[in-house]
Amino acid sequence: MEIPRHWRLKGQRYGLAGEVCPHCEHKIFPPRDICPNCGGEAKEQFKFSGKGEVYSFTTIYEAPSGFDANAPYIVALIKLEEGPILTAQLTDLGDQPVEIGMPVEMVTRKMRNDGDERGVIVYGYKFRPALTA
Amino acid sequence: MTDVVIAGIGQTPVGEHWDVGLRELALAAVQAALKDAGGIKPQALFVGNMLAPNLSNQAHLGSLIADYSGLTGVEAVTFEASGASGASALRQGYLAVAGEMADAVLVVGAEKFTDTIGAEIEEAIATETDSDFEAMQGVTSAAQAALLMRRYMREYQVPANGFSNFALTAHANGEGNPNAMFRKAITAAAYEEARKLNEPLNLFDAAPKGDGAAALILTRRELLPSKAVNPPVKIAASAASTDTLALHDRKDMLFFNAAQISAGKALKRAGIALEQIHFFEYHDVFSIYAALQLEAVGFAEKGQGWKFAAEGKIGLKGKLPCATLGGMSARGYTGGASGVYQAVEAVIQIRGQAGKNQIAGAKFGLIQSLGGPASTAVSHVLQQIS
Repeated sequence: MEIPRHWRLKGQRYGLAGEVCPHCEHKIFPPRDICPNCGGEAKEQFKFSGKGEVYSFTTIYEAPSGFDANAPYIVALIKLEEGPILTAQLTDLGDQPVEIGMPVEMVTRKMRNDGDERGVIVYGYKFRPALTA
Repeated sequence: MTDVVIAGIGQTPVGEHWDVGLRELALAAVQAALKDAGGIKPQALFVGNMLAPNLSNQAHLGSLIADYSGLTGVEAVTFEASGASGASALRQGYLAVAGEMADAVLVVGAEKFTDTIGAEIEEAIATETDSDFEAMQGVTSAAQAALLMRRYMREYQVPANGFSNFALTAHANGEGNPNAMFRKAITAAAYEEARKLNEPLNLFDAAPKGDGAAALILTRRELLPSKAVNPPVKIAASAASTDTLALHDRKDMLFFNAAQISAGKALKRAGIALEQIHFFEYHDVFSIYAALQLEAVGFAEKGQGWKFAAEGKIGLKGKLPCATLGGMSARGYTGGASGVYQAVEAVIQIRGQAGKNQIAGAKFGLIQSLGGPASTAVSHVLQQIS
């Protein structure tokens, strides 16, 4: 169930809420309060744009519990426009083949099945091919 | 400082041991090690285990294994660092004996995967990742290795079969290890036709998961019984390091920093140069990890670890024999027990007991165990006592 944990992380899951280091301008996701770039204290909020590109990707056929109903699915490392890399699933691909360097954008999707019909439904970020303007 | 030696070794065959539990596996390895050490009585028991709380609903393994091994009363505790748990327990045993806090320590690595199956095992192993930001995205440890492998292959223009020699070498070596899960060489064609687990990672790029336990008796050289049957092997150095837990948080994912730091410290503490290492037991739970370790430790240039293997340098007669008794790829991946298996196998090589897998002049061996994608790296140098 882990309800307090999912609630606690809602800023990150729904809005990519991170931080920016006041000392070196390094953008930080997820927030961690100590800048991984310069070691200074970093508590200033920063909201990421959700735009990025695929750094690497693979397909998961044998999924962990809670994710097996969605298998196969594609997970990727996404390099955000602002710098950090994060791990996320790709979605809304249709027939589009995935490539390294492919532009993507964040969307909110159902993450996992809690295995308990009365349990919380966990939503969070996934990434889809960037819609051309 | 006084010499810390490995005076006894024990191991169970690695495999799907449906008929025995964690405690029986551990007991078998403990009894073998105690017998091998010729009567040394341990005052402490350090356990390396990664998954028992998740897969067997069993924590508190120190007390359990001490109790079940007839050692009730000794100090006993578990060390956990994912795949590097066993190596971490070995390091703690080394520190306790070197610091004269104990005269003899029993180190046990034990893992039991087959108390459950499938999706639950993947979920349990994924607890070694960042739970909030990796596991919650549905990523598995094998998928992480695949993510690294794809990017590596792109950066360094690695051909589709570029990693094949890691598996081919390991499986050829597995033939000579009676405790290996797979004891049959595989062909290059078998590698190329293997099912993809997570593209580009195939079945042979990932080590098979197996139950198993391995044990070591550590003591100080001057405390060895006069009638020891087997030659003791010196632990010339022990060192550990960490990297970011989440793979995606690294500035350069394609370099295993912790592996470099811990190996560098170990070599320095042993007072030897890299060229003096005769064989290397790496953490080949995935072939890409083995390649990245060869690079991080310094045996190969960055981006050339795969080529080092492809050129045949890791074979028993090669420049740097690796996975000499099958590695994880053929002996099997035993989770938190892995580091202890590595130590047992290195002792077998240094004692000259490796049979048809024996490498000539094995004086110094480097063993390196990883937790996750080198989020933890623990290195030991084992040395023949002349």
